[in-house]
Amino acid sequence: MRFVATLIIAFRALRRNKLRSVLTALGMIIGVGAVIAMVSMGNGAKAQVEAQIAGLGQNVISIFPGSMTSGGLRGGWGSASTLSVDDAEAIKREIPGAIGVSVEVRDRQQVMANGLNWNTSVSGVSPDYLDVRAWPLADGEFFSDNDVRTTAKVCVIGKTIADQLFAGTDPIGQNIRVRNIPMRVIGVLGSKGFNFFGQDQDDVLLVPYTTAMKRVTRRDRINSILVQAPSQESMERVQEEVTALLQQRRQGREPDFTVRNQLEIAEVATASSKTMTALLAGIAFVSLVVGGIGIMNIMLVSVTERTREIGIRLAVGAHGKDVLMQFLTEAVVLSVLGGALGILLGIGTAQGLAIWKGWPVEISTASVVVAFFFSAAVGIFFGFYPARKAAQLDPIDALRYE
Amino acid sequence: MQPVVKLEDIHKTYSNGEIEVRAVRGVSLEIHQGEFVALMGASGSGKSTLMNMLGCLDRPTSGRYLLDGIDVSSLDRNERADIRNQKLGFVFQGFNLLARTTALENVELPMLYAKKRISSREMRERAMQALDIVGLSKRFDHYPSQLSGGQQQRVAIARALVNQPQVLLADEPTGNLDSKTSVEVMGVFQKLNDQGITILMVTHELDIASYCKRNLILRDGVIVSDVQVSPRLMADEELRKLAAAEAAAKLTDAPSAH
Ligand SMILES: Nc1ncnc2c1ncn2[C@@H]1O[C@H](COP(=O)(O)OP(=O)(O)OP(=O)(O)O)[C@@H](O)[C@H]1O
Ligand SMILES: [Mg+2]
Repeated sequence: MRFVATLIIAFRALRRNKLRSVLTALGMIIGVGAVIAMVSMGNGAKAQVEAQIAGLGQNVISIFPGSMTSGGLRGGWGSASTLSVDDAEAIKREIPGAIGVSVEVRDRQQVMANGLNWNTSVSGVSPDYLDVRAWPLADGEFFSDNDVRTTAKVCVIGKTIADQLFAGTDPIGQNIRVRNIPMRVIGVLGSKGFNFFGQDQDDVLLVPYTTAMKRVTRRDRINSILVQAPSQESMERVQEEVTALLQQRRQGREPDFTVRNQLEIAEVATASSKTMTALLAGIAFVSLVVGGIGIMNIMLVSVTERTREIGIRLAVGAHGKDVLMQFLTEAVVLSVLGGALGILLGIGTAQGLAIWKGWPVEISTASVVVAFFFSAAVGIFFGFYPARKAAQLDPIDALRYE
Repeated sequence: MQPVVKLEDIHKTYSNGEIEVRAVRGVSLEIHQGEFVALMGASGSGKSTLMNMLGCLDRPTSGRYLLDGIDVSSLDRNERADIRNQKLGFVFQGFNLLARTTALENVELPMLYAKKRISSREMRERAMQALDIVGLSKRFDHYPSQLSGGQQQRVAIARALVNQPQVLLADEPTGNLDSKTSVEVMGVFQKLNDQGITILMVTHELDIASYCKRNLILRDGVIVSDVQVSPRLMADEELRKLAAAEAAAKLTDAPSAH
């Protein structure tokens, strides 16, 4: 194979038509650039969602009061409040797979300290709560079973509250007034950032659930029970056991609770981000194909336009194969150069969006490699037909062509 | 000695649907090493058809064509391409140079398709030598659009020469040139012929034919005349005469302008 000669010939031919070469490659540049940028954005969004799902905790099963169907009437989650602390205690007592159990009582309150006030989410939880949610403490300690038993006036605060009410000072040991009741800060939570819905997860104040029910919400109602399973594999089994136990405790009444495990929640959230990624990749793929068709179009036009050139080449001794390789090489060089520039453009766009717009992007090496080889494949695929057409020309017919 | 070109009862019939055109009807011919042949004849007499077959660009309908002892009428597409590349040089009436490609790169073209790989340095050297032979080495980086018709034809001749062919075939190489440029091109051919290259060219013009050594006349696809040329014109001499005549014309022109 006259490989070097073919490369020389193809490069000379491309150089002769610089503008046309650039315009042809432009389709590839934009196509590949779009693929890289969009896949990076999709990946970034997916990674963010995954991080937040992981932030929900480790192998967590959530139980909400109310059920999807109740006596023919469909209530939303949390529409009834028959879930009780007793249920949580029963789960902890009777299901060995429930290695951590916490109730959750939520309320919003205006809290005060240092003459400052702040509206925040006050949650009453069990001592297991931090383990269940895989939430580390930044400072201090968490409340104990004893604090729960004695409805102790202690609290653990999120980073946002620490910043808002105790800027520059150590909050541990200071008091925060909730409903005018002073609560001593005994710990500060590690930062979790914003969640999938854009809520600040650090804007939270945790108190023992007994304290919350007695002094804050002043009701028995609890919002949910969180149960931690020992592993992802055992999650479904524990979920079934929890469901069976709660069912049994209700002695044949309509179920008034809903049990969801973390995987189910994660599936919903990742499904939407997957759809998003697929949609973006689909659009980008279409633009790649359009770029490829652009190359084929230009190559076909150029075969007709360059019929005489082909005739001359054949007349001085080129084989059909040489002409085929020349046109194929031209197409591949165009698409690969276009692909390489497109990769740079795509990475640049993604980085730009990350820097200027703060969008989560994640450039995957796989998408770069795939885009590069795909662009070469597009060149071969769309360049082959025009190239074969050129190679099959008869030398005299080609020379006579006007 | 065996002839370089030997045609045995060559026929060529074009058939487009119902109409059959018998362009060449039984040509037998021998051309030996060192000959310089002009092929003449009326328009449509089959000269180009015959030349295309000699140049291995087309195949005869029947008959045998031996080039250097090899029966080329039985070779396939690629083998004929190699023959065109190695043994033949073809000069077209319409130059057929690659546009937007320098004279040097045009001349390098046949070497890019040579069977044996030639280094770019050697290609460049040989192309420059060929351009030197036709007197155009100073214009090596010019594009065809920057060259006159005669210069373009000389680039085409350099291209035909660059693989050192045994036979140079030219179909009306002077057809698009004025008489002085035509004589210059004939001068290049005579010089090449003196170096031993066998040349066969088509021409319409009798005076151009008399720069050759042997004249063939084709009529309705058969050779009707085959004569040695005498007296033969020499391009150098004619160009000197032309130059003298021009100078004289200027001398006589100058006073008449007053
Ligand atoms: N591709 C073709 N298909 C059909 N007929 C053809 C073809 N090429 C040439 N002919 C016919 O063959 C005959 C010989 O043509 P050719 O081109 O050989 O003539 P020529 O001697 O070169 O003429 P000219 O001096 O005008 O160039 C003509 O009658 C022409 O019409
Ligand atoms: Mg002709």
